[in-house]
Amino acid sequence: MSSAVLLESPSSTPALSCREVRVSFRGHEVVCGVDLELGQGEWLGIIGPNGAGKSTLLRSIVGLTDFLGTVALGDGRTPGAADIALVPQIPVLPKGMTVAEYVLLGRTAHLGWLARESQADRQIVSSVLHRLDLTAFADRFVSTLSGGEAQQVVVARALAQQCPVLLLDEPTSALDVGHQVSVLELVDDLRRTEGLSVLAAMHDLSAAGRFADRLILIDHGRIVAHGPPAAVLQSDLLSTVYATPLTVQSIDGDLVVLPAPRRRTNPKKEIS
Amino acid sequence: MAEASLPTAALSEDEAAYTAVRRAFGMSATASVLGVVVLVAVGLLSAISGAAGLPASGVVSALVDWIPLLGVESTLSAYQESILFQIRLPRLVLGMLVGGSLSMAGAAYQGVFRNPLADPYLLGVSAGAGFGAVLALGFGLDLGWGPFDTVPAAAFLGALVAVVASMAIARGGGSSPATLLLGGVAMAALFAAAQTYAIQQLDETRAREVLSWLFGQLNTTGWKEVWILLPYVAVCGMVLFVHRRHLDVLRVGDDEARSLGLDPVRSRLLVIVAASLVTAAAVSVSGLIAFVGLVVPHIVRLLVSHSYRVIVPLSAVLGAAFLAFVDIPARTLFAPEELSVGVITAIVGAPIFAIVLWRDRWSTT
Repeated sequence: MSSAVLLESPSSTPALSCREVRVSFRGHEVVCGVDLELGQGEWLGIIGPNGAGKSTLLRSIVGLTDFLGTVALGDGRTPGAADIALVPQIPVLPKGMTVAEYVLLGRTAHLGWLARESQADRQIVSSVLHRLDLTAFADRFVSTLSGGEAQQVVVARALAQQCPVLLLDEPTSALDVGHQVSVLELVDDLRRTEGLSVLAAMHDLSAAGRFADRLILIDHGRIVAHGPPAAVLQSDLLSTVYATPLTVQSIDGDLVVLPAPRRRTNPKKEIS
Repeated sequence: MAEASLPTAALSEDEAAYTAVRRAFGMSATASVLGVVVLVAVGLLSAISGAAGLPASGVVSALVDWIPLLGVESTLSAYQESILFQIRLPRLVLGMLVGGSLSMAGAAYQGVFRNPLADPYLLGVSAGAGFGAVLALGFGLDLGWGPFDTVPAAAFLGALVAVVASMAIARGGGSSPATLLLGGVAMAALFAAAQTYAIQQLDETRAREVLSWLFGQLNTTGWKEVWILLPYVAVCGMVLFVHRRHLDVLRVGDDEARSLGLDPVRSRLLVIVAASLVTAAAVSVSGLIAFVGLVVPHIVRLLVSHSYRVIVPLSAVLGAAFLAFVDIPARTLFAPEELSVGVITAIVGAPIFAIVLWRDRWSTT
């Protein structure tokens, strides 16, 4: 028996569906039968504490780790690099590689015989850079970019892959709050204008509530809650799963998750 | 299904931005043309240098004469022509093939191992080939078969044994670049010890002969070595050329490479096999020529681009030119005595490498 829940996505044909996905490392099961469906144009957020299996689930979807169960696109095919683009948590930024060359890596799955990039590949790269306002960065070295700039360039590379599904693995955990919002807003814009479907593991619960259409809460490799943000972001549920008192506030209609104020029992203070 | 469509028409709106993007892809075309020009110039210089002076115009006319249907007559005498076609050109072409092979193999190794200090001898090719050659030269082991002489055959086999053993060791460790590297280090140490032991057993004359082979030479008579090496250069060069872009993808690590649609293990294996094979073939006809495979890719990085799209083909061209060039003093400086070309590549290569390292720190960080 698994605790998996079959999720109904808003549209009829899902962009991506997972059935009974299980991943074990050395006999220890870290993803224990996850079912999910990502609707067309939907932003599905995956939340859960560190070690809950969020990244492992994403890695199995892009085929980076062995798993049991099925991962399929809407038409039943197994996804490849031309179907799902991954934005990694901490991208590797090779020394001496220009932004344009880095974005060109996104075309790997599309290169033809002799692995030669065509004029079309270069045009796609330059239009992606244009789209993300990165044209001025084209001949900068990726290793010299700031964290926020680098993550934009990684999004550009994912976009150059021309995949209908975008997977984000906690893409903003290394960024300050301003760059975090701007990268997520960029992805949200792209989702609307390019019709992308987004599956994102997110560490910031407030951002998850703001950007995702639906949320999946994972704990110990199982889905423990799912649904619209308001249904999943419940203070008692989150406090249990994250093993720390959390409070959910509504500010101007957006849900904000904060650590609950803790009553300090400091003996020194009481004495003074 | 909603396809992620992109506005490809955007660049017509922004021609200036597109030029910046084009610049960022590197000056590969210009650099290739310049590389070939350098190669031809070095070839011509080499053809006219030597004890029997051949006039440049005569060399050009003889070469053009060789191409049918152009109606150009060679202005060289029959004696001069035989010097050109039987002595100078075979050695020149062999030098170019060896230099090009070692350089593109070095570039490929640096790519798969993500290590700028990698050179084509990394997986024990040099020690294996050296050991094979010592056995053949010193102990009269007879491996000659058909068109293959004993020493090249023994060196080739020794090199292959070392590489295969390195890879077999690494396979048990998961075939990551680090385990491959360590497997290579282990095999190189083992074969170097075996080679040293074998040399100690030789008398002085034979030991000297072995040592001069180990330092590398392009001492050839006729076209035989060229014909032996050519198929390896053609096939392995093609494999490396096709994989040059994969080497860029491998730079972001195995996981990201896989998510971009590349099988990193398979690509790495193909590149290593091709690079090792062409290195073994080059070593078998020329001995161990140091530094070419290490330095030339770094020169390309410094002057043109850090992208293997450019480094692999341009290293082949510039490596060919480099070795052909340093072979000129090797055969003329103390003529009729030969100076080992490996000595000159090391003398010229080491300072260049130092400069490259300093410049590299300033330019990309």
